[in-house]
Amino acid sequence: MSGLTPSLRVFRGLLKELRAIHGSTYKNSLAYNYVIDQFRKNEVTGERQCRARQEALHSSQAYLCLLTSTRQHLALHKLYHGKGDRGLAEMAGIVGLRLPSQPGGKGWEE
Amino acid sequence: MLRSIFRLQCHLGSPRNLLKYCSRDPTSNFSLHRKAYSTALAERRKFYDDVSIAQGEGGVYEIHLDRKKLKTPGGKLFTTPNEALAIAVATEWDAQKDTLKFYSMHLTTLCNTAIDNPTHRDKQQMITAALKYVETDTVCYRVDDPPALVELQRNEWDPVLHWIENRYNVVIGSSYNILGPEIPGATIDTFRQHLNSYNFWSLTGLEFVITQLKSVVLSLAMIDRHLTVEEAVLLSRLEEEYQIQRWGSVEWCHDYDMYELRARTAAGALFVQLSSESSSVKRKLLQDC
Repeated sequence: MSGLTPSLRVFRGLLKELRAIHGSTYKNSLAYNYVIDQFRKNEVTGERQCRARQEALHSSQAYLCLLTSTRQHLALHKLYHGKGDRGLAEMAGIVGLRLPSQPGGKGWEE
Repeated sequence: MLRSIFRLQCHLGSPRNLLKYCSRDPTSNFSLHRKAYSTALAERRKFYDDVSIAQGEGGVYEIHLDRKKLKTPGGKLFTTPNEALAIAVATEWDAQKDTLKFYSMHLTTLCNTAIDNPTHRDKQQMITAALKYVETDTVCYRVDDPPALVELQRNEWDPVLHWIENRYNVVIGSSYNILGPEIPGATIDTFRQHLNSYNFWSLTGLEFVITQLKSVVLSLAMIDRHLTVEEAVLLSRLEEEYQIQRWGSVEWCHDYDMYELRARTAAGALFVQLSSESSSVKRKLLQDC
């Protein structure tokens, strides 16, 4: 093997991301089969500067960036993002109060 | 009753639609929906197990969640023009666990925008909106000080500017004052002509990328594969990165913003490239080796 070429790096990164998404059954997923297929198709080329190959490499890098950054963004979101406000009834319940029940509605409700 | 609620859940609808439906329906589901509406508008429970794609009429691809077909928020059938985009969208839906986080499903959102066109714009209006960013392009606005930042901007942004000036045969200067550089009309016309060559879907993606990066130069350089997504995002946030190097990074702000920008830009770039390509495999026989 001629060292870690950029395409090999992207390929391994994609497999890692797909494994993180699907778990142990990642080899059955649509994306996995498509990625393997595309990399195989672009493996051998007779040209020295194959434009299709460079385009495929750039697209795969973009997809890898998408998967990694979405995962990292969600991790940070989970870590830092607030949970939002509680409902009104719940908040009243915390201090031991209860909202009054108004059978006719509050007037502006439908 | 339950089946009709199930059918509604196929829609990638906003919780507002759900609430409208539920106010007529005083079942036990009411409190569940109201809770989902009050806590986080952007999340819903995952209601499917399998995601698959299928080829529909006209060579377009549909997404199936369990056995139901995915629809856009506008009610239309969700279709993609090619298989690669369908697989990527299916993977997005498959990656959701327990709750659906719509703010992380960028490709789905882009497809929905392209199909529904909620702002009812045509190609020319989108091109005009995109070209507005040329006059206020990020790489054209330089600072006077600190000198390290001046040099950084010169070293990083000038090569991209030169590249795009050569590639498209246009003139775009950079400027140090608040008004920005004078962009000649010929430049705008060249860009307009170039953007006209994209189809509607690609243009949706391209306009999205331009809005995210705040720069037409960087977006075109990335779409033309001169820059990677990470490089384009770095150049777009150059001053911020400089300040981070100087003063340190705040994870919940800087990293969060960077990953979000990367995800959106990557989704936009992939969307444009997948919507505008047409690939074919040419098999050549090995003649005499």
